Amino acid sequence: MSELHSALPAAPHDDSKTVFGFWVYLMTDCVLFASLFATFSVLRGSTFGPHGGAELFSLPFVLGETLLLLTSSFTIGMAILAAQRGLKSQVLAWLTVTFILGAGFLGMELTEFTNLVREGNSWARSGFLSGFFTLVGTHGLHIASGLIWMVVMAVQIHLRGLGRSTLRRLTLLSLFWHFLDLIWIFIFTIVYLMGAVQG
Amino acid sequence: MSILGRLTPDALSHGPLAAIGLINVALAGAVAMAIAVGLIFYFHRWQWLFSGAKWFWKNWLTSLDPKKIGVMYIALATLMLLRGVADAAMIRTQQALSVGSSHGVIPVDTFQQVFSAHGTIMIFFVAMGLMFGLINLIVPLQIGARDVAFPFMNSASFWLYAAGMALINLSLVVGEFAATGWLAYPPLSELAYSPGVGVDYWIWSIQIAGIGSLLSGINFLVTILKMRAPGMTLMKMPMFVWSVLNSMILVVFAFPILTATLAMLALDRTLGMHFFTSGFGGNPMMYINLIWAWGHPEVYILILPAFGVFSEVVATFSQKRLFGYKSMVWALGAITFLSFSVWLHHFFTMGAGANVNAFFGIMTAVIAVPTGVKVFNWLFTMYRGRVHFRTPMMWFLGFVMTFTIGGMTGVLMSIPAIDFQVHNTLFLVAHFHNMIIGGVVFGYFAGITYWFPKIFGFKLNERLGRYAFWCWVIGFCLAFIPLYILGLMGAARRLDHYDASMGWQGLFVVAGVGVLVIALGISFQVLQMIISVLQRKRNLDTTGDPWNGRTLEWSTPSPVPFYNFAIIPGVHGRDAFWAMKQSGVARSQHPQYQDIQLPKNSAMGIYIAGLSFVFGFCLIWHIWWLAAVGIVGVITCLIIRLSDDDSEYTMTAAELERLESKHSGKDIRS
Amino acid sequence: MMNKSKFIAIGLLILGAIAGVALLLHGHTIDVLVPKGTIAKKELDLLVTATLLMLIVVIPVFVLTFTIAWKYRASNTKAKYTPDWDHNRAIETVWWAIPFVLILILSVITWQSSHELDPFKPLASSKQPITIQVVALQWKWLFIYPEQHIATVNYVQFPVDTPVNFVITSDAPMNSFWIPQLGGQIYAMAGMSTQLHLMATDPGSYNGSSVNLSGRGFSGMKFIAKATSQADFDTWVSEARKSPSALTTSEYDKLARPSQDNPASIYALAQADLYDGVVMKYMKP
Repeated sequence: MSELHSALPAAPHDDSKTVFGFWVYLMTDCVLFASLFATFSVLRGSTFGPHGGAELFSLPFVLGETLLLLTSSFTIGMAILAAQRGLKSQVLAWLTVTFILGAGFLGMELTEFTNLVREGNSWARSGFLSGFFTLVGTHGLHIASGLIWMVVMAVQIHLRGLGRSTLRRLTLLSLFWHFLDLIWIFIFTIVYLMGAVQG
Repeated sequence: MSILGRLTPDALSHGPLAAIGLINVALAGAVAMAIAVGLIFYFHRWQWLFSGAKWFWKNWLTSLDPKKIGVMYIALATLMLLRGVADAAMIRTQQALSVGSSHGVIPVDTFQQVFSAHGTIMIFFVAMGLMFGLINLIVPLQIGARDVAFPFMNSASFWLYAAGMALINLSLVVGEFAATGWLAYPPLSELAYSPGVGVDYWIWSIQIAGIGSLLSGINFLVTILKMRAPGMTLMKMPMFVWSVLNSMILVVFAFPILTATLAMLALDRTLGMHFFTSGFGGNPMMYINLIWAWGHPEVYILILPAFGVFSEVVATFSQKRLFGYKSMVWALGAITFLSFSVWLHHFFTMGAGANVNAFFGIMTAVIAVPTGVKVFNWLFTMYRGRVHFRTPMMWFLGFVMTFTIGGMTGVLMSIPAIDFQVHNTLFLVAHFHNMIIGGVVFGYFAGITYWFPKIFGFKLNERLGRYAFWCWVIGFCLAFIPLYILGLMGAARRLDHYDASMGWQGLFVVAGVGVLVIALGISFQVLQMIISVLQRKRNLDTTGDPWNGRTLEWSTPSPVPFYNFAIIPGVHGRDAFWAMKQSGVARSQHPQYQDIQLPKNSAMGIYIAGLSFVFGFCLIWHIWWLAAVGIVGVITCLIIRLSDDDSEYTMTAAELERLESKHSGKDIRS
Repeated sequence: MMNKSKFIAIGLLILGAIAGVALLLHGHTIDVLVPKGTIAKKELDLLVTATLLMLIVVIPVFVLTFTIAWKYRASNTKAKYTPDWDHNRAIETVWWAIPFVLILILSVITWQSSHELDPFKPLASSKQPITIQVVALQWKWLFIYPEQHIATVNYVQFPVDTPVNFVITSDAPMNSFWIPQLGGQIYAMAGMSTQLHLMATDPGSYNGSSVNLSGRGFSGMKFIAKATSQADFDTWVSEARKSPSALTTSEYDKLARPSQDNPASIYALAQADLYDGVVMKYMKP
């Protein structure tokens, strides 16, 4: 029976539904980030005191974060390529590299946050800092969920191999990861670069 | 800090009035329990309790069938409607009595919680619930699908809605609710002015329910775009499906803004951030912009499906094709697009400047054009038709009257200089009730009456439905026409007290009587439900097509089997079922059944919603450790469910044939 | 179904309702419809014009609804029945066009009136305008007269036929400042100043209030706005200056504490830049 079913035209349709649904979800996430970006832009000048972005952020450090994330986008692409060719161990290897890069990014972000708070520039200090921590932190939370998802994926691939549903999930994960990369580019430009220019 | 955060026994102490209310609720509950236990004891049928609970769990609570989920949505929304109306009655009682030296019956803090709860409940838990209920019931049927795109997510959405509802009702017992109005404008809703848990209850109840709505939005968008029966192109979709599609597009674009805004307010209140505070660089005006960037589309999210219902109802009960289908589609699209460019009209009085105000005023007035076109198209659907005045059609006529008046006052308020004189007054309150009761509520009532036989297999009592209709219309006029006058007399909304010299009392009393008449209408509806169930044999829908309908849902037997369609129908034009009836090919004589895939039951939606409830409750009361448990639990459930490759089962062609043969006896078209 | 006696009954019902409302309103004014200031008068004219314009669509809709529904009722088998007639480009164009034209007219009105009646726009007059600074507090209105060196609570007085420049802020949650018989409202918000320009054309006492929820004492945030002759105003100011209570910063802090249903009171203004201090309080650390 089941062989007969996988031959039915309904089967691939099923996947396209999920992928399309995931795109719609990514769009809602885009709107969420757009709200946070808008808020941040409004509050950029609301430092309620002397400290603007130029004094607080270290561009080289953030550039390091950016490179980690960009590289991880490349490595998850490699994982997808390997998956399409059915090379299970290669997929797992690339996923591991991606995970390490992502975790490194998250670690650096947390370091930045800790330093800011330690210097007395916490989110409770001004509207500007609230906007900053929330926008960047929301991206960080997304990265963290992506990392959890990656672990789950790796376990699934290890246990079940590269079946249709595993492949579909891996595709969605890579979509998600690229999306976060894109959001980060905006954060890097709007929060850090423009912050450094405008002071 | 204590292990229970700021939750102390004090949270349970309430004023005398609330205490009496609680005791009543507790007594009613105790009596109902006693009767149930008594019956069980009398009949020595303890196993009923268990088998009943088991049956309910298996057939309803864990079901992923959108029809079951739809019925549960409507049932909960109806319960919340009763609470919302009770709140309304309390508001008007207070305002009718609290004049001059008298301070009425409700203390001011309670009063402010009551009107805040009234608005929140009516929008988030009544209107949204009825809407998603109807969408769940009808959209898959109308597009010729067996299910929605993501059945499990659909169940999770419903249970998140239920969890939000549980939270808002819990605020009656544990703690307090927001006293800030239904949109909780800062800085009033910030810690500085509202230090209690009320605003947190508001935030988390609608945050949880709102995420459910967002997921539903994604779900139905994909369902409509990806799961239509073969041959049903976009321009062949029933108008209800079009309206839902537009509404869901709005959900998908608007609800993330709500999620973000509520999250920022929560961060302000919980972590001491300064998004919307006065001072520290916070900007309360930004909140008001953000909340209406969601809030205005939200109004259209609710009204568009009601428009869709009316489009179906008018065509069916006029026995004629819907007039101006393409116009209707374009009008829907125009409304959808425009609804994102008018949010500022909710606060012309903020002083944004003449150019900005004028721009948003004009955009607002422009929405009247497509809306007017829809009304004319409905009228011309009746023109040269055969109009049957059944209850759904009565609701339609009531809608045209009230909605047109509401539309007129709406256009008046779109002119900023007029808005300055009526904004924030009872005139505004009358206007939006005109739109939401006359439009949304009447629309959903029409829809429920119209589709009831499809879901339950028998029609609702016509006479009691009419009584309910007249009570609603007359009660509506009594309750809201005085408010227009009061607004022009200078009466602000949300007043708990006013001077006798203002001369407002008489009108407030009339408005209070109006609420009672509406309550009478609701009693008729409850009675209608009971009588209709008791007399169901008289009103059985044996044909599956009680109204001589036009769209695919009427091609199925009533009640609809859980798989909707044994064979997915092919569609060749608009009004697919009408065309089948005309050409005499309504049902194939020798169907070739195939195996079908259906989703298995899942309790994971309940678990996720339950854990979300724990998470929300603990954030409200600052019980951090348990909140962490809640969110980790949610993530764990999600991982388990999303890793499950075995969520469907196969129903064999033979089984399908056996089930179908049960219905064939009822088929008049064979 | 619809016979003569039913029509008569419905007519009587409507007349009865109108009579009832008239009785309820006897001796009271509908503030917005009885304007006593230049702005309120123009706003009323606008309200009337727009209502009449809208009725051009609303009345035909009502008439059409009932006539069509009645004529094409199912029992009337003589009426024409065309079940498949579902579009007609000409008439659809008509009802896209008519509302569109109406809205076009309305848009012009909206644009012009938004500029003409912009609350921030100073009013033209031969008389020197008077500036009154307004602070919304929990839960009362403080009026500061920087030029006259006085201040009042829940009471404001100004000369008739003289432009009054209200400059408005809040040291509390957001409120909305409204004197319906003189003109429309504007929000009072912490950390910023909004403006409202009004001018009374008739002497008299007018009700003013906050129309935006601002907490438990909100319904008590009402005041009397009294328009008098210039002479009476001058006398009142000189009396007020002699008030034994002086509004200093510390007195202001006491006043700003939450309190409900405050009676009207008068202060001599001891601190000229009090208002600016209240606004700036939220702007910097």
